[in-house]
Amino acid sequence: MPGPVSAGPSASTPRRALFSYAYRRSRDQDRREPARHPVVVVGAGPVGLTAAIDLALRGVPVVLLDDSDHIGEGSRGICHAKRSLEIWDRLGVGEALVAQGVTWQLGRVFRGEELAYSFDLLPERGHKMPAFINLQQYLLEKTLIDRAATLTGIDLRWRNRVVGLDAHDDGVRLTIDTPDGRYPLDAEWVIAADGGHSTLRDLLGLKFSGVAFAEQFLIADIRMEADLPTERRFWFDPPFHSGQSALMHRQPGNVWRIDLQLGPDADAEEEQKPERVVARLKRMLGDRAFVLEWVSVYRFHCRRIDRFVHGRVIFAGDSAHQVSPFGARGGNSGVQDAENIAWKLAALLQGRGGPKLIASYDIERTQAADENIAHSTRSTDFIAPHSAAKRTLRNAVLALAPHAGFARRMVNSGRLSTATVHDSPLSTPDEDDFAGAARLGAPLPDAPVCDRNGREGFLLEHLQPGFGLIYIDDGARPASPAGVGLHVIGADLYDDAGLLAERLDGRPGSAYLVRPDQHLCARWRRFDTGKAVAALARANGF
Amino acid sequence: MAQLITESQFPEPDAAYHALVQAHRGLSEPESAALNARLALILANHIGDQKVLEQAIALASATGPNAAAR
Repeated sequence: MPGPVSAGPSASTPRRALFSYAYRRSRDQDRREPARHPVVVVGAGPVGLTAAIDLALRGVPVVLLDDSDHIGEGSRGICHAKRSLEIWDRLGVGEALVAQGVTWQLGRVFRGEELAYSFDLLPERGHKMPAFINLQQYLLEKTLIDRAATLTGIDLRWRNRVVGLDAHDDGVRLTIDTPDGRYPLDAEWVIAADGGHSTLRDLLGLKFSGVAFAEQFLIADIRMEADLPTERRFWFDPPFHSGQSALMHRQPGNVWRIDLQLGPDADAEEEQKPERVVARLKRMLGDRAFVLEWVSVYRFHCRRIDRFVHGRVIFAGDSAHQVSPFGARGGNSGVQDAENIAWKLAALLQGRGGPKLIASYDIERTQAADENIAHSTRSTDFIAPHSAAKRTLRNAVLALAPHAGFARRMVNSGRLSTATVHDSPLSTPDEDDFAGAARLGAPLPDAPVCDRNGREGFLLEHLQPGFGLIYIDDGARPASPAGVGLHVIGADLYDDAGLLAERLDGRPGSAYLVRPDQHLCARWRRFDTGKAVAALARANGF
Repeated sequence: MAQLITESQFPEPDAAYHALVQAHRGLSEPESAALNARLALILANHIGDQKVLEQAIALASATGPNAAAR
């Protein structure tokens, strides 16, 4: 999340009803010796909740700590990308989230009142999950908290604030402050999902490197009855907000996110006053009636810490990396961090993981962070050019856009989050040629499939919870390595639409080894059990 | 790999130069700067080769008044 310039919405800003959660004393607080848990996750935001649920579903009990006891002070992150939805679908809440959210895939970018560029994020059919939904972050969190409550493996402790950290070779001792005072807690592994202002990062003395942007932006969420299309609308230099940019996005329940660029010199406190916000919004919305839900003024950074794994403490989400909001790369990349570490920790704790597995989290997710930071920095340079020459070039692109296709592709109002293709030590390099959308080190593209009973579904629903081997039927049934789920396409699952074969470039006899996080890690034109065993060992960090 | 061509390619270089100059007739400084920016983008896309573009940028950067300071 972007960092607020002041302490958040002003007191007079109307707030949505909060969801409150009660502090409960844990038995761990009464023990003579500190309790020892395999995994403690710090921070019950989307990243921490995703990690905890994923671990619990893999049979790893988790203590999940949060320093607060409520959610819902503001809508915060609202755009949830296809890969995040696929992850949450694996965790059992994907369909519930899509049902609650607003599905969108069209974006339109204006210069003044003129359309400069438009895009469609998911132009092809045959994916279970949409390109994006918009859903208030607290509704996402509520759904994940409800899901966590159904799992006996998750011990969620509200108003448990980490105040001390003692790192050892084989674990971490945390000191936790509660309404009943402090208690110590030992963990073999700690996942620090405690956000941009991460306490654990400070306790370890870790510093960010990257850039801070001087530009300030106003976020206003409003409730408004409006018959406007469900699409992302972005303006450069609109008539209602001259010289700056504006963004408008729909959320469920007639709530609209409006984001207005304010420039570097704006007075953040002054700009959050409701009368001032309302005046700005009236220029944009004309006579439409609306009610303010949430207001915040923020600046942002594009930065990360150097390494995401520090002994037994693993950083995930905003505690590790931060980007501008244009592109929805903050929360979505954090959720991918959570999925990436969950299966690896489970494999290690359950004796399947090798010595290189945890290091691969750092390698893969720092790559993702660098990619997100690069995209986010370029978008920010385009949206808020901070020199006359940069502004001239930016405006030249916008002027050419209606007339030349190449310029439309340069219009950058945020490049929206897609799953990272990891150049990973866990992947076995291709020895055969493959075309199609599937990439080594990336989540497998989804496709519609039908099972033997004629039940229609999607490929990714079948690729869980462990490793999977997809084999394109050629009459043989390959001997897949122990513990790997075999899916013969044409015998176990049917690809009636042909989209699976197209996306995987599948031919009879082609075989694909897929990780527990649904990432492709090896593929062959001719299956060989020895090669598959070696690729599996490699993917498990040996 | 494609290379930036720095030898003259126009049969009539004076005419090409004249066309560039003419495009700026009657424009203010900011209008001229904007025109040059649009022109740079159009020509960069026509080249369509990141390496050649970077060689062109390097040549332009190395020959300006502040070239020694770079």
